[in-house]
Amino acid sequence: MSATIGIHGAVKAFGENVVIDGVDLSLPSGSVTVILGPSGSGKSTLLRAINHLEPLDRGVVTVGGETIGVRVRTGRDGVPRYKELPERLILRQRSRIGFVFQHFNLFPHLTALENVAEGPIASGVPAATARARAQTLLERVGLGDRGATRPRQLSGGQQQRVAIARALALEPSVVLLDEPTSALDPELVGEVLGVIADLAESGTTLVIVTHEVAFAREVADHVVFLDHGRIVEQGPPAQLIDDPQHPRTRDFLSRVR
Amino acid sequence: MTQITDTERPTGSPAGTPTGSTAGSTSDATIDAAGRAALDRPVVPLRHPLRWIAAAVVLVVLLNFVETLFTNEQWGWPAVGKWLFSPAILTGLQLTLVATALSAVISFAGGIVVAIGRLSRNPVLSGLAWGYVWLFRSVPLILVLVFLYNLGSLYPTIGIGVPFGPQFEVPTANVLGDLAIGVIGLSLSEIAYASEIVRAGVLAVDHGQHEAAQALGLPRRRQFVRVILPQALRSIVPAFVNQIVGLLKASSLLFYVSLLDLFGVVQNLSSTYPTDIIPLLVVATIWYLALTSAVSIVQYYVERWTARGSVRALPPTPFQRLRSVVRRGSGRGKNDGKAI
Repeated sequence: MSATIGIHGAVKAFGENVVIDGVDLSLPSGSVTVILGPSGSGKSTLLRAINHLEPLDRGVVTVGGETIGVRVRTGRDGVPRYKELPERLILRQRSRIGFVFQHFNLFPHLTALENVAEGPIASGVPAATARARAQTLLERVGLGDRGATRPRQLSGGQQQRVAIARALALEPSVVLLDEPTSALDPELVGEVLGVIADLAESGTTLVIVTHEVAFAREVADHVVFLDHGRIVEQGPPAQLIDDPQHPRTRDFLSRVR
Repeated sequence: MTQITDTERPTGSPAGTPTGSTAGSTSDATIDAAGRAALDRPVVPLRHPLRWIAAAVVLVVLLNFVETLFTNEQWGWPAVGKWLFSPAILTGLQLTLVATALSAVISFAGGIVVAIGRLSRNPVLSGLAWGYVWLFRSVPLILVLVFLYNLGSLYPTIGIGVPFGPQFEVPTANVLGDLAIGVIGLSLSEIAYASEIVRAGVLAVDHGQHEAAQALGLPRRRQFVRVILPQALRSIVPAFVNQIVGLLKASSLLFYVSLLDLFGVVQNLSSTYPTDIIPLLVVATIWYLALTSAVSIVQYYVERWTARGSVRALPPTPFQRLRSVVRRGSGRGKNDGKAI
């Protein structure tokens, strides 16, 4: 149910703008990692690179030891290169990696239950089984009675909880959360963070991009501070958040708190 | 009304004795005695006398015209009644319906295919799709129809075969009947428009929906059919129904390839019965109005269906509203307090 994540020599540029500039990161199975950093630091891009939503220009990501979106191939010149996989295989790999978006991205024309059951049904789980499992997941995020409701009729916090249930429906070994509370009204943040904290207890490997420093200190085992596409500093929250060594980390933390 | 004013705005005595509260003292400072006296009465909204005058003028003009419908014998209402359901007219109507329905279905399916082609990342496919749209949007429909009608003289036989190998050929005239020519001609040009409508609809779907479908690992076809297309339909349907209405009327061009649709029949009958030209045109107008109205009613319900999920609560249909009015009228007391 959980897997290691490895990021090796990741580089990504949009045109002239280098957003990830040589990142190496190794996250043990079942760990909870929070990525902090100012906007434009490349943290969302790095998270999206893990499930190949954002293909890297250089470097590779592994989940559970398997390279994601690419495989190494030795060309006729005898030089090994990472080559992109066929889309079908990438989609199959993605179905084992949960992703939670900042703006939920629930399917508005489907009910909450249909949203959660969609991934498993598409991957071949019988519809009845998928729906029963979806109901269990909705109960787990405290929305067991809202299965027949369409997303627009739910509050932001409820929508994000459905989105988390949807990400969990394929029983992923890794769940990636991209600023899961940034689009929420302040009074709704707590309910979503509560669900994520429960998830952290369950032993699934989590990577969370967030600005909630207090939450990071409480839930994370590992905090990474990213700036200009590079890891400036990383360590356990007690060290990085309460006693940051690098001036840029200190500067950032003083501004978000 | 007065109750609200009384409870919400205690005005105190007209003499203006200070009430002591801060609210009382500010109102004393800003409104005079007349203003205070007026606080007890509802605000009179602005009247719009010019609107009434404009409406009256328009109504008078309209009624003048309506009067001529009854007084002018040339309208020939008895003849309209005679022709409206005559077998010849109904045959033409049937052809109009069949040609429109077939072309609408073909052009919707074809439009999706061409739109997918244009959105494809394959430059050859998207180029071909672009070229198709460019060609058939540029050429008038009537030219396409007449071209197809004369296809037999351009390609006396049509067939398919292995290049330099065996060929299978049949005479063009045997394959393409008149109706087939008409439907193909209408569809060829409608597909070009429909594909642009579908493409616009797909582009209007939020990018996050594509990403969410990808992140769930949905296969490509399922991403389109299950996630993107249902949401695109919301903007596709109104524009496409507009196309169907246009198609309904464009089918009158089939007259030029010797197909007798509603308009064609009317044209033929007018030359046989020259005294009934006006009544026959009225008959055609009535039928086109009826067909368009039927399409609009279907559109209303299809749009309600595609709107599911994009609004919080759908407004009741006219039929539901009528039913709730009837029920409230007859069963007052029994159904009171029940949600309808």
